[in-house]
Amino acid sequence: MRFLKYLLIIIFIFSFNYSYAKENLQNKITKNLRCLICQGQSVYDSDSEFANSVKLIVKKKLDNGLSEKQIYNFLKDKYGKWILYDPEFNKNTYFLWLLPIFIFVIGGITIFKLFIIRKN
Amino acid sequence: MKNNFFLILTTIIFSLIFYVFYKSLQNPNIYKPNIETGKKIPNFEAKIFGTDTIISSDEIFKNNKYYLVNIWASWCAPCRVEHPLLMELTSQEDLEIIGINYKDNILNAKKFLKELNNPYNIIISDKNGILGIEWGAYGVPETFLIYNNRIIKKIIGPLNESFIIEINELIK
Repeated sequence: MRFLKYLLIIIFIFSFNYSYAKENLQNKITKNLRCLICQGQSVYDSDSEFANSVKLIVKKKLDNGLSEKQIYNFLKDKYGKWILYDPEFNKNTYFLWLLPIFIFVIGGITIFKLFIIRKN
Repeated sequence: MKNNFFLILTTIIFSLIFYVFYKSLQNPNIYKPNIETGKKIPNFEAKIFGTDTIISSDEIFKNNKYYLVNIWASWCAPCRVEHPLLMELTSQEDLEIIGINYKDNILNAKKFLKELNNPYNIIISDKNGILGIEWGAYGVPETFLIYNNRIIKKIIGPLNESFIIEINELIK
């Protein structure tokens, strides 16, 4: 009997954790989606008809077992890549992604050359 | 020699960066909604308006003809404006008009149709707006012309005379 009680408690904790994690993921996804009919608001922040429907569809897709990436792809297919706040790494954005690293490396080399090698 | 090489390399790199940013500044930064055509219509199941009967997209778009999917709601003022134009399109024999009733109160929607007449061959309910998102809609009203299970024209906002002419041209 006691075993059953502990088992129930463990199951309860795990199921709570699971739903909490899913809700977190849902929030993370909706925060990365732009509300296309609002001004400067994410789907998460907005209470418009459009945003509420997107929130529902994200929840439905997560319940159906789709991954975060699959949900982004689904919405990108419907509305274009503008719906995503986080620009993806593709041929149009590789410069944007690589430039900071590139500048960092060049800067590092320059500093190294100027100060360390010269000092020696 | 080495210093010169570094100077030239840095100048080239910064010129390149400047060029890319300058070019990007020229690009228009105004957001345009996605009106890409040629996409396949979504697969869905929905309740027929006012009933509990469920109908699938395959059943709705089974014939080899043109379909006009119109998303509407009784609370949407522009829907009232475009309604006479939809009534005009009912005379087209090769066109079936499918209504998607978006986040609406059923009694108000019925009253709306009673007052302005019903141009739709089939009306399906979209109580929570999920179906609208499946269609890639931004709100109401929105209209899609479909042929062969593909969207051949997407109209965001109310229909107007020029769209009707265009639709009639496409159907011909």
